[in-house]
Amino acid sequence: MDLNTLWFILVAVLFTGFFFLEGFDYGVGILLPCLGKNDLERRVIINSIGPFWDGNEVWMITAGGAMFAAFPHWYATLFSGFYLALFLILVALILRGVAFEFRSKDENPAWRNLWDWLLFLGSLLPALLWGVAITNLIRGVPIDARMQFAGTFFDLLSPYTLLGGLAFLLVFTLQGGLFLALKSEGELRERSRQAALGAGAGAALALLLLVIMSYGATDIFSRPLPGILLGSSFLTLLLSLAGLYSRRYGPGFLMNGLTIILVSAGFFSGLFPRVMVSSLNPEWSITIYRAASSPYTLKVMTVVALTLVPVVLAYQGWTYWVFRQRVKTEDLEY
Amino acid sequence: MDALLLARWQFGITSVYHFLFVPLTLGLSVLVAIMETIYVRTGDENYKNMARFWGRLFLINFAMGVVTGIVQEFHFGMNWSEYSRFMGDIFGAPLAIEALAAFFLESTFLGLWLFGWDKLPKALHAACIWLVAFASNLSAFWILVASSFMQEPVGYALRNGRAEMTDFFALLTNPHVLYQFPHTVLAGFVTASFFVMGISAYHLLRRSQLEPFRRSFRLALIMGLISSLLVAGIGHLQGQHLVASQPMKMAAAEALWDSADPAPLALVALVDQENQRNNLEIKIPALTSFLAYNSFRGEVKGLKDLQAAAAGQYGPGNYIPPVVPVFWSFRLMIVAGLWLIVLSFYSLYLWRKGLLESRPLVLKALLWSIPVPYLANSAGWLMAEIGRYPWIVYGLQRLEAAVSPGVSAAAILTTLVAFTLLYGLLAVVDVYLLAKFARQGVEDQPPAGKINTSGEVSLWI
Ligand code: HDD
Ligand code: HEM
Ligand code: HEM
Repeated sequence: MDLNTLWFILVAVLFTGFFFLEGFDYGVGILLPCLGKNDLERRVIINSIGPFWDGNEVWMITAGGAMFAAFPHWYATLFSGFYLALFLILVALILRGVAFEFRSKDENPAWRNLWDWLLFLGSLLPALLWGVAITNLIRGVPIDARMQFAGTFFDLLSPYTLLGGLAFLLVFTLQGGLFLALKSEGELRERSRQAALGAGAGAALALLLLVIMSYGATDIFSRPLPGILLGSSFLTLLLSLAGLYSRRYGPGFLMNGLTIILVSAGFFSGLFPRVMVSSLNPEWSITIYRAASSPYTLKVMTVVALTLVPVVLAYQGWTYWVFRQRVKTEDLEY
Repeated sequence: MDALLLARWQFGITSVYHFLFVPLTLGLSVLVAIMETIYVRTGDENYKNMARFWGRLFLINFAMGVVTGIVQEFHFGMNWSEYSRFMGDIFGAPLAIEALAAFFLESTFLGLWLFGWDKLPKALHAACIWLVAFASNLSAFWILVASSFMQEPVGYALRNGRAEMTDFFALLTNPHVLYQFPHTVLAGFVTASFFVMGISAYHLLRRSQLEPFRRSFRLALIMGLISSLLVAGIGHLQGQHLVASQPMKMAAAEALWDSADPAPLALVALVDQENQRNNLEIKIPALTSFLAYNSFRGEVKGLKDLQAAAAGQYGPGNYIPPVVPVFWSFRLMIVAGLWLIVLSFYSLYLWRKGLLESRPLVLKALLWSIPVPYLANSAGWLMAEIGRYPWIVYGLQRLEAAVSPGVSAAAILTTLVAFTLLYGLLAVVDVYLLAKFARQGVEDQPPAGKINTSGEVSLWI
């Protein structure tokens, strides 16, 4: 395997890790207004992801940094091309990030309500927009011979990509509901289950439609692997719903986590060896070879990544172990 | 307005804004770690309360640092896509390493620290905040490696129409970063020291909770003294290095139009950039030569000669940066630095004599000096970045070649206005919260505000 392929896989792994981890904490943010009936419940909900959300967000930052380092043209075309979409994601993430910290620092109910709303929107919008962005990568966007994006914001919005956004949103919401069912107790837990069931039904429908539409809208099924991955993602989603229904939240959470991984892996493997598909001319699609850094940089980065990633995984895993218990009302820091 | 100018404004505004929060993170994490370590070693509850109190202010600031930092990372691709294509080979690597090596560590262990008070053994808990402090300062190193390449390119070759890395180690030992990193980190320590001294002075003034704030003051005073002396010393060496590596920037910083031997130092100057002269100056003879070479002789090149030389080397064009902002921001930084040194020495003197708490004027001066390091920080960056004009990468890429070709001026203007408004509003909220919690006491604080138990809040869905 050459270094370009290795780095494509690494970037895909970073994005997949980001969706897997941040998926549930976006979901928790999305469910906040509907599940938190009073201030205490809202705080329990927010604190359930308190120790994790920032570490999860760094997966996205690292994915962006790795893309910049290994495939500068991918980074440049994607970020300048999807300009307004990324701007919206940024605004959402700014508001979401400070909402965690600011929300409980004042007792005024209106203040808390405002930040709760912003936390909700700041979780919903990125979940949706990342789905739109990823499906646009494979559907293709207007990219010219010089790797420049030649379209507008509205080229990014089509029925297919909006469905992609919706599917991400619902799968993440389901994941958030499952996580809350694992972390909370009593009535809140029961309500989390109800919400997760609702979101899960929607997620199953949206995902099924997305897989079917991918046949017409993209060329990713010209090889078997993406089809296998996406097909099995639908099965794991059904298994997750079965777990949820029978109140086995742990397996349910893992199965839906697997769904997220399979969907992401399916899309990235369908993309390969391209990084962005040109809708104007297949020749103009950006590939892992046209987009890449020099072999020297890739080599340096490979050494760095292969030493650091296992360390990161080890201590992040340890954090989840330390905070494995259900959230208690005594230890609310946010 | 054209896209380039808007993109520059956007970068300037968002990065100065990001750097309002960064320095406090760099220094305060270390101070909190020291406090908690003292608590672990002595068992003195005062220090635990102090760590929690300053830790809360740290967290409010940290949140703003995080959310504004994400914007910085996205910026390069969004507004400066041609820069990203040209520089990605070199610039992307330190950025990715920063995230992998530092941001993961920082965010994960901060989460552990915040939520782990009762879940982790004491020493392990203190180790978490030390890791946060280490990671913040490590992140500064990596981003400054990236930034320093733009000031002083090293370890690269121009190939395939871009700058390609040939020597990673040369990047890490870039002479520019060897000055810039300690200067920036120490500036962070200065910022945090005066932040803690200022707030402690406020409580000493009101004679509330004397014990913890005396202790906080003492710790911060020691750190402030050392770091404000060192930041000035390193700044001086950095200036000397710049005379050799970026003579145009230093000539602009001194508003020196004509080469001179020995070169005088202009304390103030009314710069007339158009006619390339100063309408009024107050000068000290030979001082610039002395500062540059440690000797009262030695030629310092002036802007006009440097312009001619640059035009010869790179082709026709204007190579003189905007002199007024570079000149005045340099002076602002230095005056701020001197003021902080004087203030910390005088406070030390009064402290040793046991007189500090009976000098309300000095305590007030300390309180009102909290913004001074912030001004110096912003001024320092403005000088460093504007002084690089017209280059985005010194000698290699010009600003106008770097901006995204496909992004319209209207799009940049929209996001510029939105970011500015959002940042303005968040600044108000941030200052409100910092002031609120700074005023509050050290002892007996509930973890984070009280729980509203006054019945149900509104149901939205
Ligand atoms: C000298 C120090 C320094 C400088 C010049 C910069 N930063 Fe910064 N950055 C930090 C020092 C720092 C920090 C101290 O590590 C922060 C500030 C507060 C914080 O939470 O971490 C941070 C946060 C931070 C984050 C959020 C990390 C997280 O989620 O934990 C990102 C993505 C960036 N920065 C990216 C950038 C980029 C792309 C910059 C270049 C324009 C930049 N920073 C300049
Ligand atoms: C956080 C600290 C920083 C501050 C406060 C800062 C400040 C500024 C300012 C004020 C400008 C506008 C200058 C002008 O328009 O002439 C600017 C430009 C720029 N800086 Fe920095 N900078 C910082 C860090 C960095 C770093 C770390 C990098 C690269 C890693 C960087 C890269 C750039 C770029 C690409 C531009 C745009 C080109 C330009 O307008 O000069 N800056 N910066
Ligand atoms: C008192 C004497 C000081 C001197 C002689 C000095 C010198 C310098 C010089 C020459 C630069 C430009 C470096 C470049 O263009 O690359 C600089 C930048 C900077 N200064 Fe200072 N400085 C002093 C004090 C301070 C203080 C007190 C602070 C803040 C508390 C500060 C914060 C900064 C920052 C943040 C930068 C931008 C980063 C960098 O380029 O290092 N400086 N300083």
